[in-house]
Amino acid sequence: MADLIIRGLHADVLTEEGSKPILKGVDLTAKTGEIHAIMGPNGSGKSTLAYAISGHPKYRITAGSVTLDGVELSTLSVDQRAKAGLFLGMQYPVEVPGVSMANFLRTAKTALDGVAPKVRSWPKEINAALELVGLDATFGARSVNEGFSGGEKKRAEIAQLHILNPMFAILDEIDSGLDIDAVREVAEGINTYAAQGDRGVLLITHYTRILRYTKPDFVHVFVDGKVVQEGGQELADLLEVAGYERFTRGHA
Amino acid sequence: MEIASQQVESHLHPKPSFDVADFPMPTGREEVWRFAPLPRFAELLTEPPTDFADIQMTLQAPVGVTLSTLGVGVGVRGSVLLPVDRVSVLAAKVSQARHIRIADAVRLTEPIVITVTGKGERAAEHIVIESGVASEAIIVVEHRGSAVFCGNIEVVVKDAAKITVVSVQDWAPDALHGGMHAAAVGTDAQYRHVMMTFGGDAVRIQNSVYYTGSGGNAELYGLYFADAGQYQEHRLSVDQNAAHTTSYVDYRGALQGKGAHTVWVGDVFIRRQAVGISSYEANKNLVLTDGCRADSVPNLEIETGNIKGAGHSSTTGRFDDNQLFYLMSRGLSSSEAKRLVIQGFFYDIIRRIGIAELEERLKTHVDAELAKTIDRAETSLCPPPLPEQLRHEAPQPQIEKQE
Ligand SMILES: Nc1ncnc2c1ncn2[C@@H]1O[C@H](COP(=O)(O)OP(=O)(O)OP(=O)(O)O)[C@@H](O)[C@H]1O
Ligand SMILES: [Mg+2]
Repeated sequence: MADLIIRGLHADVLTEEGSKPILKGVDLTAKTGEIHAIMGPNGSGKSTLAYAISGHPKYRITAGSVTLDGVELSTLSVDQRAKAGLFLGMQYPVEVPGVSMANFLRTAKTALDGVAPKVRSWPKEINAALELVGLDATFGARSVNEGFSGGEKKRAEIAQLHILNPMFAILDEIDSGLDIDAVREVAEGINTYAAQGDRGVLLITHYTRILRYTKPDFVHVFVDGKVVQEGGQELADLLEVAGYERFTRGHA
Repeated sequence: MEIASQQVESHLHPKPSFDVADFPMPTGREEVWRFAPLPRFAELLTEPPTDFADIQMTLQAPVGVTLSTLGVGVGVRGSVLLPVDRVSVLAAKVSQARHIRIADAVRLTEPIVITVTGKGERAAEHIVIESGVASEAIIVVEHRGSAVFCGNIEVVVKDAAKITVVSVQDWAPDALHGGMHAAAVGTDAQYRHVMMTFGGDAVRIQNSVYYTGSGGNAELYGLYFADAGQYQEHRLSVDQNAAHTTSYVDYRGALQGKGAHTVWVGDVFIRRQAVGISSYEANKNLVLTDGCRADSVPNLEIETGNIKGAGHSSTTGRFDDNQLFYLMSRGLSSSEAKRLVIQGFFYDIIRRIGIAELEERLKTHVDAELAKTIDRAETSLCPPPLPEQLRHEAPQPQIEKQE
C-alpha cells in the first residue's frame, strides 16, 4: 500500500530575510494504484509542496502531516523518506560533477535495498532503464545531470524512477522542456511504472498533453498554497480553456 | 639557458639563486613565507652540517629510459630549476641528482614510477627528468613514510614532447616536505603536472613553468586534502614568456578538522612577447567543517593585450545543499552523499588527464584518502535528523577576462 495522505500541511520557505509561509493547509489523498495530477498557476507552491514532502533543507513544515503508507514523513531525514518509499522527480535536476550516473545509482540502490545490486545484471538494468526513456548507454558513464540538455535531465529522472522503483513518485514538471516525442516517451515510462499496480504517482504539470497519455484518475487544482478543487481529467481540459481565473479571483 | 636566466623578474618573486646565503632564514615577513607556520618548518630550513641522510628510493623504468646521476651544474641540471627559496636551494645542492633521460621519439606506454620512502630522517632529492624531442612519458613520484624532506623535480620538456609528471604526497602524519618543481616547455610540447597532497604534517611546494619555444601547452592540476592540523601550501608560477603558448591551472582542495590550513598561490605572468597566448587558472576549496582555513591568492600580471584570453577564478565554499539534497532524496545518507560529492570534486579534475590507467591510479589514491578521513570523521559525527539550514556560502567565482 502506498497511500500518500497530506493533511492540513503548512510549510515555509527559508529565505535570507527569514521564513515565508507558502503552503497554507494542503489536504490531498493519493492512493496506491492511482495517478494524481496537480495543476496550478506559477508560484502557487506546487514545487514547495514537493520539496517540503521530500525534506529539502530550504523548506520547513510548520503544521499538519504527510504520511506514506502510514509512516509520518515530516520528522524523517531526506534519505529516510526515500527509504520509506518516496521519490521526487525534480523540476530542476541537480548537476553533480565528477560523480557518474552509474556510480550514483549503484550507491542509491545499495542504500535503498540494503544490499549492493548484482554485478552481473546491474549494467544491463541501467542500460535498459536509459533506453526506455530514449537515452543511450553513454549516459551511465556521464556525471550526474552534468551537461545534459533540459529534456535529457527529465528523461534521466524517469530512468532513475525505473531503477530505484520507489513506492510513490512525485514528479514535478517532468514534462517541461520536453519535445513532443519525449513527452510521449516519458509518459509511457510513467505508465510502465504505474502499471505495477501497487505504486502511486503525483504529477505536477502545466500541460494537458502529458495527461492525455498518463490519464490521471484525479486532478487537483492548486492555488495560493492549497488545493482548491478536485475532479477528473475533464477538470484539466476545463482549465486549458478557462485558465485559473475563477480560482485566483479573490487571491493575490 | 638564456631564457631561463631572464626568468621571473616579477616583483612577486624573490630573485632566483643557487647560493643558500641569498635565502637567509625566513622571518615570516617575506612575501613567499607569509602564510607558512615557520616554527613547524624550522628543521626543514636549517642548513645541515654534512650532506643529507639517505632516503630509500625505488625506480621502475621501462626500456628507452636511461638512468644515471648528475653532479651540481652538470648537463641540464640547474638550467631549468632556479631555486626561489631556502628549501629549494638546499635540495638543489644535493651532490648527485637522479637523472632520468628519455631518448628522442621514444614513446613509453608504461609509467616510470619513483617511490621515495622516508626513514624518519632529514633527506633531500633532486630529480632531473630530461625528455627527448617528440618523446612521450608519464613519471609518477610517490612520497611515503616519514621524513624532513627537501625535494626538487626539474623537467626539460623538449620540442613536441608529451610529458606528464605526477607527484603524490602520501606521507606519514609527521612528515615535512618542501621544495620546488620546475619545467621548461619546448616548442609545441605538452607538459602536464599533477600534484596530489594528502599526507604529511606540513607540505610546501613551489611549482614553476616557463616556455622555451612557441606553441607549448602546460596543464597544472592539483588535488589536496588537509585534515585536522595539516598545513599544505602550493605555489604556482607560470611564466608565459613565449608566443602562442597555453597554460591551464586547476587546483582543488578539501579541508576538514580543526587547524586544517591550505594555501594556494597562483602567479601567472604574461610577458610582452607572449602574443596569442591563452591562460586560465582556477582554485576551488571545499570547506567541510568549521575551524579550517583556506587561503587562495590568484595573481595575474599582463604585459600585452594581444592575447587570446587570460582569466582566473577562486572559490571557497561549503557543500552545495542542493547537491546533497538531490543525492539524499535517492536514499543516500548524509555521509554517503558528502563522500560522493567530495569524490566527484576530485574525480572531476582527474578525468581531465585523459590517460585511463593514470586516472585509475589517482582515483585509488583519492578513495584511500576518503576512506581514511571522511569515513572516520563521519562515524564520530552524530547524525542530525536534518541540518536546519545548510549554509551555502560559496561566493561567485571572480573571473577576470581580458581579450
Ligand atoms: N528563496 C525564496 N525567497 C522568496 N520567495 C521564495 C523563495 N523560494 C520560493 N519562493 C516563493 O515561493 C512561491 C512558491 O514557489 P514554488 O516554486 O513552490 O511555485 P510553483 O507552484 O512550483 O511555481 P511554477 O509553476 O512556476 O513552478 C513563489 O512565489 C516563490 O517566489
Ligand atoms: Mg514549480
